[in-house]
Amino acid sequence: MNENLFASFITPMILGLPLVTLIVLFPSLLFPTSNRLVNNRFVTLQQWMLQLVSKQMMSIHNPKGQTWTLTLMSLILFIGSTNLLGLLPHSFTPTTQLSMNLGMAIPLWAGAVITGFRNKTKTSLAHFLPQGTPTPLIPMLVIIETISLFIQPMALAVRLTANITAGHLLIHLIGGATLALMSISATTALITFIILILLTILEFAVAMIQAYVFTLLVSLYLHDNT
Amino acid sequence: MDSQTGELLSWILTQDFAPKGTAGAFQEYDNKYVNVKKGSLAGLSTVLAAYKLFNYCHSYKEFKHKWPRKYH
Repeated sequence: MNENLFASFITPMILGLPLVTLIVLFPSLLFPTSNRLVNNRFVTLQQWMLQLVSKQMMSIHNPKGQTWTLTLMSLILFIGSTNLLGLLPHSFTPTTQLSMNLGMAIPLWAGAVITGFRNKTKTSLAHFLPQGTPTPLIPMLVIIETISLFIQPMALAVRLTANITAGHLLIHLIGGATLALMSISATTALITFIILILLTILEFAVAMIQAYVFTLLVSLYLHDNT
Repeated sequence: MDSQTGELLSWILTQDFAPKGTAGAFQEYDNKYVNVKKGSLAGLSTVLAAYKLFNYCHSYKEFKHKWPRKYH
């Protein structure tokens, strides 16, 4: 059972060619672009949702930070759609791979931090020392703040990976338990099935929340640095 | 789309499989089921169902031996 449990997280290949590229590109098919003023229902809905999210997320930034709108909106759309598509049976979720999440987190975090260091050097360096610390504590606190700064991209990546992977594993396990219990006791199987339904609803929420959290944190790092 | 299953093979052979042709096929589906005034959920759901079917076929080997049987 151990080998089978993690079988769904293996990178899919077909005849030795990476299928994962196609799977990563697939969500972009679901977001059609349109140059019309009045669009079809599908595109209108997506544009409305995108406006809602971008207003809510980018209103805290100054104009310099708002140049990142395109990046952050693409990010939240990509993570949200990939996570939601991963809830379909037997599908592969790219965001369960730590490599992909690190590839998303590190450049974005580094971009925000380097922007801060280049444009507002004194303010960025000042973030290493919170206001009002007693003088003897300063060296230790600078070290702690540096560590907490460098842990930010790791935390971003690992948070997303762990949440989505754990959710998928739980669904596998509880689904397997329901099937196994059906021949033993129908009532327990029913209870387990209800738990499975609740878990699936949670997973839908988690899929979207994780996308939001990721993007929000990147935008916060940006806000600190512009 | 309006052809019968018997004509499916001959229809597939008429399609142009170069990238431009494949994009044309997507546009065809798009204009017929998504880009219409009263497009409904069915247009999107068919795409998702096809994706599900593709993943099912790809992972068929892995769960072939997990079917509910008396002796594993």
